[in-house]
Amino acid sequence: MTPLSQLLPGQFGKLSSLDPERAVDQRLMAFGLLPGMSVKLVRRAPLGDPLAIEFSGQVVSLRLAEAQTILIDVSADCPIQRPRTEG
Amino acid sequence: MSSESASLTVALVGNPNTGKSTLFNALTGLRQRVGNYPGVTVARKSGQCDCGDGIKVELVDLPGLYSLSAASPDEQVVIDALSGHVAGDRRPDAVVVVVDATNLLRNLFLASQLSALGLPVALVLNQADVAQEQGLRIDAELLSARLGGVPVVLASAWKGEGIAAVRRALREALRNQATMPAVVWPALVEAALIEVATQVTADTGQPVTRADVERLLFDSATSVGDRLGWKSAQRDVAIRSAREKVRRAGYNPLAAEPLIHYARLRKILEGVVQGGAGHVNGTAAVDRILLHRILGPVIFAGIMLGMFASVFWLAKFPMEWISEGVDSVKSLVAPLLSGMPMLQSLVTDGIIAGVGAFLAFLPQILILFLFLSILEDSGYMARAAFIMDRLFSWCGLSGKSFVPLLSGFACAIPALLSTRTIEDPKARLATAFAVPFMSCSARFPVYALMCAAFIGPVYGAGWESVAMVGMHCVGLFFAVPTAFVLTRFILKVKPQPFVLELPRYQMPKPRDVLWRMWQNAAEFVSKAGTVIFAITILIWALCYFPRDPQLSARIQAAAPTLTVVEVEARAQSLAIEESWMGRFGKSVQPIFDPCGFDWKITVGVLASFPAREVIVSTLGVTYSIGKGAEADSQHLRQAMKEAKWTAGPRLGQPIFSLAAVLALMVFFALCSQCGPTITTLARETGGWKWAAGSFVYMTTLAWVTATVVYQVVIRLG
Repeated sequence: MTPLSQLLPGQFGKLSSLDPERAVDQRLMAFGLLPGMSVKLVRRAPLGDPLAIEFSGQVVSLRLAEAQTILIDVSADCPIQRPRTEG
Repeated sequence: MSSESASLTVALVGNPNTGKSTLFNALTGLRQRVGNYPGVTVARKSGQCDCGDGIKVELVDLPGLYSLSAASPDEQVVIDALSGHVAGDRRPDAVVVVVDATNLLRNLFLASQLSALGLPVALVLNQADVAQEQGLRIDAELLSARLGGVPVVLASAWKGEGIAAVRRALREALRNQATMPAVVWPALVEAALIEVATQVTADTGQPVTRADVERLLFDSATSVGDRLGWKSAQRDVAIRSAREKVRRAGYNPLAAEPLIHYARLRKILEGVVQGGAGHVNGTAAVDRILLHRILGPVIFAGIMLGMFASVFWLAKFPMEWISEGVDSVKSLVAPLLSGMPMLQSLVTDGIIAGVGAFLAFLPQILILFLFLSILEDSGYMARAAFIMDRLFSWCGLSGKSFVPLLSGFACAIPALLSTRTIEDPKARLATAFAVPFMSCSARFPVYALMCAAFIGPVYGAGWESVAMVGMHCVGLFFAVPTAFVLTRFILKVKPQPFVLELPRYQMPKPRDVLWRMWQNAAEFVSKAGTVIFAITILIWALCYFPRDPQLSARIQAAAPTLTVVEVEARAQSLAIEESWMGRFGKSVQPIFDPCGFDWKITVGVLASFPAREVIVSTLGVTYSIGKGAEADSQHLRQAMKEAKWTAGPRLGQPIFSLAAVLALMVFFALCSQCGPTITTLARETGGWKWAAGSFVYMTTLAWVTATVVYQVVIRLG
């Protein structure tokens, strides 16, 4: 499991777990970020924080500290987005 | 139905960035009324919508929101309005839910939550043109069938397509009263909901709606319990027990709602949306440039500087026209009242000058709001917050504070209004508190007068510019630590979640942009205008009374060689010295003595509390060069250079020494001298407490800093 904060720009994986007690994660869930869903780290902001993540066709910002406890399974096969490094 | 149809109310709800306001403008044709919801500073926009067949409804545009779990005041208003808990508002008869056709799943989450309200619904799949470009095919009929027969229409409010269909759908919703099917909760979750409902009714003696019960069970920070008068001790026990049931159903209680709704929506949308693969994502390409590590900040700085400069320079011309217009009105009116000097002074120096000073800021406000509307509607505003967030997060704020603070350099009023986009009330308060520190354009004439008269001629143009730029930074220098202390130790702002949608870029629609600009300006005029008007009249009276009608004759008698013009100037100067304001200024001058201010400057400082730019004309009067003084007036500069202390330990020394000039500029940079700002601050923070705090804090800080500057510089020589 990799924290979302450690993904490289362009890297993606399946959401493994988040913390429903946190307000941030509650917001993300309302946006439709639920376990098992494919998430991509689009980029970091010019100053390194916050991050822009993409899931189910939308781009949403998230602070680095908030992304540390959101765990991603990068080995999972994600049918929606193909990895950049493929081939 | 048509006989009572005039009294029908329909609410317009939807996620942000769905084109909801554009649809609202198209449906109501700008026949809108803007007010405020009681107790909060959330604007209530409503307008009449003709649905055809003689059915007219009052359409209420509710703030955009993603979910019913209230996080911001805007979101709370939506929940209260839809459940009929807003004082003076009826529960709506139907709801138009606007969704983004390119992202139905996320957008329908809110619609799915709304199904608990049991209200008739019309569903508008907006931005259908973009969905089509992306190759998405949406089966609206199938979606309607799956949603219990509620009318579903495709529309593009931006292009004006499908508006008639939306009207038809609304008519149909009112006629058929079709509601969306409520969620079928798993048995244990349903049992938990029933348990909460039973307990609320037992504890409060009141029936409770299903929508309220869902908020109580699923939200960790809902205000529904308080509204129902459900005591927190009783509430905690009941909610804990009910949530235990949800846990036994295999769900985390705080995740159950999105999990179950999204699972349901996936099933509903099966076969409804097809295609969409292989579309060109223009927004991602633009973001690669606008959010680039190096290019991004450069472009950002360029846009912001451009905006700031435009507000400043574009507004200059209309501001000059307004002040010229005011002067010509004065010279037209003055002769008509020449027989009644008191009334003449009230009308010209009080009423016309007061209204003029206020109107002079309207161009800046209009231009600033024009730019802000364009940035907002294009989708760049979210990127600006994204880029700037890092610089604000350390002191408990977020990137959303950036725009209000930048706007503050033009004018604090629109800047304060733009803090409304900040969700957390404490973060919003801290930002609003910092805004008046930004060096607004009304401070400019003061710096310009002082620098041009005392710094440029002595130290050269280079130092003059340094002083001008430096003065613009003084406020910022104090605002940052102030915000830090405020968020960390006083308000204790919790770290803000910064979950912000970076929406698709879109060309702003001119009608919407201009309309929003106009609405904001109208609000400013109606709300702040009355207050500054009243204060201006008060200050006028303090400077006018008591007045000896024989003053000119007395001066003429004492110095028969003076010309009529000279007598008039001296009379004005003497009149203000003998007025209540003059006497007050003289008696409080010892307070300002450590800053190096004589009684004339003190009067100027006191008279400029309602509006700081008044200082220039007040100094013009007290230094007896007559009315109509301008910042670049040679006479005023000359008179000020010649002014010397006439008593005390500094007898014979010039009043406007470098130390006093710097102290005066610093004082104006920091002092809270703006009536409209104080009243707007009070309105936006929901009371006079913070406005009074801001006034006392800034004024004290201004005095202390001015004193330090004066005492240090005078010792350095």
